[in-house]
Amino acid sequence: MISLERVTVSAGNFVLRDISLTIPSGGYGVLMGKTGCGKTTILESILGLRPIHSGRILLEDRDVSQLAPALRGIGYVPQDGALFSRMTVRQQLGFALVIRHIQETVIRARVEELAEMLGITHLLDRIPRGLSGGERQRVALGRALSFIPRVLCLDEPLSALDSETRQQMCELLLKIRRHTGVTTLHVTHNLDEAEQLAAPLFRLAEGHIEQVEPTAR
Amino acid sequence: MAISDRLFLTAMASIGGVYVLLIAGMLAADVAYMTRQSVSAAADQTGWLAVITHSPIVDALHDPKIRYSIRLSLVSCSLSALLSVFVAIPLGYLMSRGRFPGRNLLDAFLDIPIVLPPLVVGLSLLILFQFPPFSWFAPAIVYQVPAVILAQFSVACAFSVRTMKGTFDQIDPRCEQVARSLGCSRFQAFSMVVFPEADRGIITALTLAWARSLGEFGPLLIFAGSTRMKTEVLSTSVFLEMNVGNLEAAVAVSLIMVAGAILVLILTRKLGSPLYEQGPLNRGGAGFPSRGGRA
Repeated sequence: MISLERVTVSAGNFVLRDISLTIPSGGYGVLMGKTGCGKTTILESILGLRPIHSGRILLEDRDVSQLAPALRGIGYVPQDGALFSRMTVRQQLGFALVIRHIQETVIRARVEELAEMLGITHLLDRIPRGLSGGERQRVALGRALSFIPRVLCLDEPLSALDSETRQQMCELLLKIRRHTGVTTLHVTHNLDEAEQLAAPLFRLAEGHIEQVEPTAR
Repeated sequence: MAISDRLFLTAMASIGGVYVLLIAGMLAADVAYMTRQSVSAAADQTGWLAVITHSPIVDALHDPKIRYSIRLSLVSCSLSALLSVFVAIPLGYLMSRGRFPGRNLLDAFLDIPIVLPPLVVGLSLLILFQFPPFSWFAPAIVYQVPAVILAQFSVACAFSVRTMKGTFDQIDPRCEQVARSLGCSRFQAFSMVVFPEADRGIITALTLAWARSLGEFGPLLIFAGSTRMKTEVLSTSVFLEMNVGNLEAAVAVSLIMVAGAILVLILTRKLGSPLYEQGPLNRGGAGFPSRGGRA
């Protein structure tokens, strides 16, 4: 479960007040809103990258409001993937596990498994330079899922892709959801994407979040 | 191409070309002068070998004073460059990532050593060492070898900080944020993700600081003095040789420095970041949009 309870957070010169939002465990929440309305700010506060002024953030019933990002256990895929340019795909997929001092053989197996699920086995020994947009996002997804997080945050993961790749990625995201049951918050400004994936769908406008009921879409 | 377009490009090329010719001319003149002196020194002998052995450069390389100054230059430039980068990495990182009050002011403040007249830097250092706690160490530093390094460092570091800030500016902060979400502390995110991505910038900062230190003269003259076999570096040698009217030796030492500077330039171009060659590095790869605003 991802739950924001009356969270107030500011970024630069604007403030989001008393934001509340709940995504049930295993749910795939999509947060829609125009560029610049504060979607990323909300994501950053969930990730712990931006301190909140008041309110609480709960992940699976654990209050993480004051925890460091490293301790929150959230898989994070930013907009352009933000791949580590000096690491091979294999190293990126294993990175979170190396940090956790997991046994090497376990890491290798996990990386293979992830690569297979994401269809990037043939890319494992490449560095990010030269990968296509879709490939980069697959790697970023794999990196975020590698340590089996219970929560996944996606910040406009498909916005840089052409429509065909976007469709493939949507299917991949649905597959991941079926496979892992990870509770997801997906931020986007694309309505098609939102309608295809969302359960539930939220809309952020003028500093307020409202849940959009399926019938009202 | 339309005539007006051709005229425009020709005008641009001619104006720019003047400067290119000036640089080429200066270097060519040094070399020509040296060759002429070598040939006339070897007047009674023929063959390339004789010309080379009679070259003032070879004479300079045999002079123990010049040898000392070459050695001190190499050591002091390397130390001040290492010191500069050691300071510039944290400072550049904080200036690039930090959002704190007075940041713009500090940013401008860090340019002071760059815009300050070199003599003023030297004089200010000298005055600084009249006050405690600096004055306690003055006998060991002022007019001694450490003063050479400190004077070089004072200016070179400002250039390194600029370079490192530019380097960190071009490394997507999202990479660090991802690393932290993956379980890294800030230190781990820096050392495992940011630092490796900054390698080319570090080499650029190092070579720039080195070249800057090699050319340092004004602050050195005032703060370290120009004592032969003590605080004499190559730039001081040129000055001292000129003072005693030995133009030949001055040009010879200059050419040694030109060789060093060109070597550093090549090194920077080969290994360093293309920071000064093209616009922002597109680390995202071909055709990938740059990171959006953080709403």
